Amino acid sequence: MNGINPSAPAAAAEIAAELSGRSLWQDAWRRLLANRAAVAGMIILSAIALASVIGPFLLPWSYDAIDWEHIEALPPEFATGHYLGTDSLGRDLLARTLFGGRISLMVGLLATTAALLIGVTVGAVAGFVGGRTDQLLMRFVDLMYSVPLTFFVIILMVVFGRNFALMFLAIGAVEWLTMARIVRGQTLTLRNKEFIEAARASGGSTANIIVRHILPNVLGVVMIYVTLTIPQVILLESFLSFLGLGIQEPMTSWGMLINDGAAELEINPRTLIIPAAFMTTTLFCLNFLGDGLRDALDPKDR
Amino acid sequence: MTSPLLQVRDLKVHFQVRAGGIFFGTYLPLKAVDGLSFDLSAGETLGIVGESGCGKSTLGRAILQLLPATSGTVAWLGKDLTALDRAELKAHRRHMQIVFQDPLASLDPRMTAGDIIAEPLRNFETGLSSAAIKAKVREMMEQVGLLPSMVNRYPHEFSGGQCQRIGIARAMILKPKLVVCDEPVSALDVSIRAQVINLLMDFQRALNISMLFISHDLSVVRHISRRVMVLYLGRVMELADRDAIYGKPRHPYTQALILAVPIPDPDKERAKPRVLVAGDLPSPLDPPSGCVFRTRCPRATEICARAVPVLESAGVGHEVACHHWRD
Repeated sequence: MNGINPSAPAAAAEIAAELSGRSLWQDAWRRLLANRAAVAGMIILSAIALASVIGPFLLPWSYDAIDWEHIEALPPEFATGHYLGTDSLGRDLLARTLFGGRISLMVGLLATTAALLIGVTVGAVAGFVGGRTDQLLMRFVDLMYSVPLTFFVIILMVVFGRNFALMFLAIGAVEWLTMARIVRGQTLTLRNKEFIEAARASGGSTANIIVRHILPNVLGVVMIYVTLTIPQVILLESFLSFLGLGIQEPMTSWGMLINDGAAELEINPRTLIIPAAFMTTTLFCLNFLGDGLRDALDPKDR
Repeated sequence: MTSPLLQVRDLKVHFQVRAGGIFFGTYLPLKAVDGLSFDLSAGETLGIVGESGCGKSTLGRAILQLLPATSGTVAWLGKDLTALDRAELKAHRRHMQIVFQDPLASLDPRMTAGDIIAEPLRNFETGLSSAAIKAKVREMMEQVGLLPSMVNRYPHEFSGGQCQRIGIARAMILKPKLVVCDEPVSALDVSIRAQVINLLMDFQRALNISMLFISHDLSVVRHISRRVMVLYLGRVMELADRDAIYGKPRHPYTQALILAVPIPDPDKERAKPRVLVAGDLPSPLDPPSGCVFRTRCPRATEICARAVPVLESAGVGHEVACHHWRD
C-alpha cells in the first residue's frame, strides 16, 4: 500500500494458493532439454516427420507419376520441379523419398504402438500377478522368440495374402516380446515396494494397482525402449521390403528406395544416397533422443 | 474388559524357502510367525518388540491380510478374516490401515501428495465428488501438520518426517478402527520422532483407534503402548501391561532387552547390571528345539531343550513363556 514491501501480499497469496510441485516427469523433461544432442535430434526428427507428412502435397510431382521427358534427370531441375532429380523410371526422387518416409515412419510408429500395448500389458500382468500366470505368459514369449522372423512373415503372407496392415502386425508381433520382458522385470522390482503394499492396504484391486501405480512407474523405461524400437522397426521394414515381403510398387518406403538405389549404384548413386541420408538421419536422431531420455529418466541420477 | 476388536488365535505364517539343488531342491518352512495369540480391544495400543527378523512386520502384514496366514485365525469383530473372499475382504480393509517404516518408499514417486492421501477415498467412497475429496484431503493435511498448499507436491520434494505425515494422513483419512504401525519412526530423525508419535497418539485418542505398534525402540514402545508383546523367532516370549514389562520383566529375554536400553544418566548407566545375550539370532529355518531362546539364555537348563514352554500366567494380564520365570 505504501510501497515499502509490495511483494508481501503477493507472497501471502502464493502460500494460500496451491503450490505446484515439480513431478519427476518435469524434472526429466528439464534434463532432456539440457541435452543438446537430444534436442537437436528432436528438432531434426520433427522436421523430417513434418516434411514426410505434408511434403508430398506441396510437390508438383506425385510419388508414382512418371515424367517421360525427364528420366534420370540430374538435380537440381527447378524448371521441371524435380528438385532432387528423377529415378530410372522418371519418377520424382524427392516426392518418392518423402512418401517413403511417410510409410517408414508410419510402420515405425504403428508397429511400435502395437508392441507397446501388447508388451506392456503382458509384462505388467505377468510381473505383477506372478505365479502360474507369469509362467504361462513368459513361456509363450519364449516360444514366440524361437520362431524365425522371415519364416513367420512368409507364413502370414501365405495365409492372409499381401497386405500392408500385415506388416504392422508381423513387426509388432515380434517387437512386443522384448518389451514384455523389460516391463515384467521392472514390475517385479516394483511389486515388492512398500507403496504397492500401501495401495493394497488402501483397498486397491489388482487392475487398479497395475494401472495407477505400476504403469506410471515403468513408463520411463518403456519410453526409452520405444525410441530405440522405432529405428529397429524401420530397419526391419527395410529388410522385409528388401526381401520383397513388404511394400509393393509403386508404393515405396525408405527401405525399398535404398534397395532400388543399390541396384543402380554405379549409374545413378543419387537414388541410393538420398533416401539413405534421410533414413540414417532419422535413425541417428531417434537414437540420440533415446540416449537423452535414458539419461534424463535414469533413476540413479535423481 | 470390553469384547476385543481383534482376536488373533494361533496365527502361523510360514514361508517356503528353497534349499539346495538346482532342479529338485527341497523346500523348508521358514516359520516367521509361529503360533501367536492375542486380543486387542478398541482404543488400545499393543506394542510389539523384538529383534530384527523375529516376525514383527510379518505379523502386522498377516493381520491385515497382506500376507496369507498359513494357519490360525485373525478374527475382526468375531469374523475370521482369513476365510473371507476378496470382495468381503475389501469391505473390511477400510477399517484397517497400515503406516510403514520407510516414509519415502511407501509413497508412489509418481503421485502428488494430494493423490496419495486421496487414494483410499477413491477406492472406498466412490460416490464422493472430486471437490469433496479435495476438501477432505486439505482438512486431513492440516490435521497431520502439512500445509494444504502442498497438495500438488511430489514425495521427493518432502522431508522424511513430512513423508511420514503423508503416510499417516493416507492411513487415517478413512477413520480406521485398527492401524498397524510398522516401525513408523525408525527411519526418522530423533527430533521428528516425538512429533510423529504424538501425532499418532492424537489420532488414536480422537478416533478411538486400536493400534499395533511394531518397533524395536523400547523407549518409544513404552511411551505409546498400554500392553507390550515381546517376540523372539516368531513366538511370544512375554505379553504384559507396559508397567509390568518395564518394571517387572519375567522372561530372561525381556530382562536383557530392558537392560539394554540406555539410561540418559551416565552414572546410572555405568552402574546398572548387565545381562548379555550371547551370540546371534539362530536361523529361523532351523530353530532350536524346545524353547527357541535357550541357545542364548543365561538360565537355560536341560528341560528347555526338551519342552516348548507354554504361556503361563504370571499375574493379572501377564503371560510368560519360560520354564524358569519363577526363579
